[in-house]
Amino acid sequence: MAKHDHDHNEGSNLSEMDLRVRALETILVEKGYIETAALDRIVELYETKIGPHIGAQVIAKAWSDPSFRQSLLADASNAVATIAQQVGRVGEHLIAIENTPQLHNMVVCTLCSCYPTDVLGLPPTWYKSFAYRSRAVKEPRAVLADFGVTLPAETEIRVWDSTAETRYLVVPMRPAGTEGWSEARLATLITRDSMIGTGLPKNPSEVA
Amino acid sequence: MDGVHDMGGMDGFGKVEPEPNEPAFHHRWEGRVLAMSRAIGVFRAWTIDTSRYAIELLSPSVYLASSYYERWFLRNVRLLTERGLIDADEIEAGRALRPGKSLNRGRFTLQDVESVTRRGFYGRPAQVPARFKIGDRVRTKNIHPTTHTRLPRYARGHVGVVERLHGAHVFPDSVAAGQGEDPQWLYTVRFDAQELWGAEADPKLKVSIEAFEPYLEHA
Repeated sequence: MAKHDHDHNEGSNLSEMDLRVRALETILVEKGYIETAALDRIVELYETKIGPHIGAQVIAKAWSDPSFRQSLLADASNAVATIAQQVGRVGEHLIAIENTPQLHNMVVCTLCSCYPTDVLGLPPTWYKSFAYRSRAVKEPRAVLADFGVTLPAETEIRVWDSTAETRYLVVPMRPAGTEGWSEARLATLITRDSMIGTGLPKNPSEVA
Repeated sequence: MDGVHDMGGMDGFGKVEPEPNEPAFHHRWEGRVLAMSRAIGVFRAWTIDTSRYAIELLSPSVYLASSYYERWFLRNVRLLTERGLIDADEIEAGRALRPGKSLNRGRFTLQDVESVTRRGFYGRPAQVPARFKIGDRVRTKNIHPTTHTRLPRYARGHVGVVERLHGAHVFPDSVAAGQGEDPQWLYTVRFDAQELWGAEADPKLKVSIEAFEPYLEHA
């Protein structure tokens, strides 16, 4: 136990947390600070609207459109703003970093849970786990093995510790055998983990 | 502060366990905690740095034994109480016992939701020219402030190279100490893993941090 953030305190403490959180919400509503419907809407947005499909659209466009790829790597916040009608608005200080055959990028926040939420949604539990936060900067190849990913020994690994308000989005390599694919079809290959750097895009045969 | 939150390089936490098709929230209350945190953030009673510092101030045993959103909940209660927005007896009673304080803005409503789903902007005009340029060799200072800092322990006292310059940003160390934004230049500084972890480390690994200028000196 104690390895995984979310498997603490389930069971006996679950209902207790539920009660404590309900009580706090009641107090904030009764004191006139917040409206319940606004909280409902925030939860709904993260459950249904703001997620890694946004990042996948951005990456698919970068794979398909060389000039967009250039602008994305030069200034990701600005580049994504140009397709805001498609993907929504994102915050500042978004930085895209590109994987190559020689270099694999991986992103972590060792101090808390900094994550590009506006393009990837809320971070998964493993990203916030003590195991990932402690190990990613020291033994990323072993961490990648936990994800079933093995890179060639000669591939350089670069780990980006998100210690400020800059947010990193990994641009994975476009898989071979996808020539002529539409952006929408390419997006189906792009997993959340491939944009954090703990995964690779799907194989074209997996989505055909 | 040299707290348990500063986890980079620690051993013993076991394997990373990805969960296939993980939901946004595992329990309803987690979503409510997230939403409340975003909503009360709008009142500007505190900043993102203060809010991180409040989590770091949880005792190590509480920090380690609590789940992510439990830590957020404890942080919210602590800051709301400290700022006098709620009172301890109200938490006890589970309901409001007196009217709310007047806020510098009105109640958080549906119209405010869109503004909290985008990250905030922390760039600020620079106060002075940048001291370092891309390609400079720099050494991180060996500092151990007892208050909030974003220089992780594993990266203190080490030599790296300036790789990116991000402009001047709000300085978390200053804000969390209640001393204002004091904007500072922000750099990406890249280290060889062997510089950080010794000769046995992966020779093909490099690690970078985002370093505010006061963390750095010329190497």
